[in-house]
Amino acid sequence: MADYQITDRVDITDVVCPVTFVKAKVALEELDEGDILSVHMNDGEPVQNVPRSIKEEGHQILKLEDNGDGTYDLIVRKVGE
Amino acid sequence: MAVDYSALKAGGFMRQKQKDNFSLRLRTVGGTVTAEQLRTVQAVADEFGEGYIHLTSRQGIEIPFIKLADIEVVKKRLAEGGVETGVCGPRVRTVTACQGGRCCPSGCIDALDLAEKLDARYFGRELNHKFKFGVTGCQNNCLKAEENDFGVKGGVQVAWKEDACIACGVCVKACRREAITLTDGRITVDEQKCNNCGRCNRSCPTDAWDVTPGYLVSFGGTFGNSLKFGEELLPFITDEDTLLRVADATIDFFAENGLPSERFFKTLERVGIDKFKVVVTKAYNGED
Repeated sequence: MADYQITDRVDITDVVCPVTFVKAKVALEELDEGDILSVHMNDGEPVQNVPRSIKEEGHQILKLEDNGDGTYDLIVRKVGE
Repeated sequence: MAVDYSALKAGGFMRQKQKDNFSLRLRTVGGTVTAEQLRTVQAVADEFGEGYIHLTSRQGIEIPFIKLADIEVVKKRLAEGGVETGVCGPRVRTVTACQGGRCCPSGCIDALDLAEKLDARYFGRELNHKFKFGVTGCQNNCLKAEENDFGVKGGVQVAWKEDACIACGVCVKACRREAITLTDGRITVDEQKCNNCGRCNRSCPTDAWDVTPGYLVSFGGTFGNSLKFGEELLPFITDEDTLLRVADATIDFFAENGLPSERFFKTLERVGIDKFKVVVTKAYNGED
């Protein structure tokens, strides 16, 4: 399954909505098209909403990994410049 | 000549505590007013009122301090500018709605379009007591469907598309009802838990859901002297014709069974909600 290589990682567990999405969006902006970002987020509102917001920005979501400790890693491929 | 306050009230002229002054209620649907209508309202409020309007709790506009002597000319002026007067009293009131799918990313149905249809069909219909329709586009329920006599809430029925799914697990977490499970790459939805909000579909990176938009209807809500949440009595409705049949049956039931000054929920309590449920279920099924 893991046919991707992570380019960069961002931790959004230290902020709350809506800064969670903003922080992920800023991290994506610094990448090139096709790069892979791993977004480290908390259970609850972040994991309910951030994937949808990233999708609506037009990026491609590849995987949501459950770390088993109340956090998740969302694997996103950047689409667009 | 004696003033027929009842007739004036029926036509939207609400008697104020100040003698011979009326707060004039205008006809609106879903809180939508055109810029042209606003200019007309502005001119009338300036010339015949006191230069302000009141936004009502149900998305309407009232122009306070209209004088008894000016009623006819005010009506004429408003009509020329494309503005109709509203209603009060024992009849179908303003149909409220959120912007729904026309503008809102969360909207599952075009709530405004439906509100316009309900307004065209029922607005001002005489009944034993007031009757309120409200339409909200999704489970976020900005328009508070259950506080209406007939509340409509947009939703979607979802069916998993295995071919398109990458088993990423986003929908499992996006669901606020814990209705979705992912086991060995397969998604299952617990229909008992699903509330048709559609968050799974909106969050899905590969659009791996077939979605059917539709309506959840609640009956007999009120938020006035008594507080009562409208009750959902029917399954998810997936077409407008069925919804309108159900609305027709509801209004007819109230017209036939309601007593003067009795709100719909009181009628349901007195006559029996089970009896009503039989009636709307027949309408839902398209039976006579």
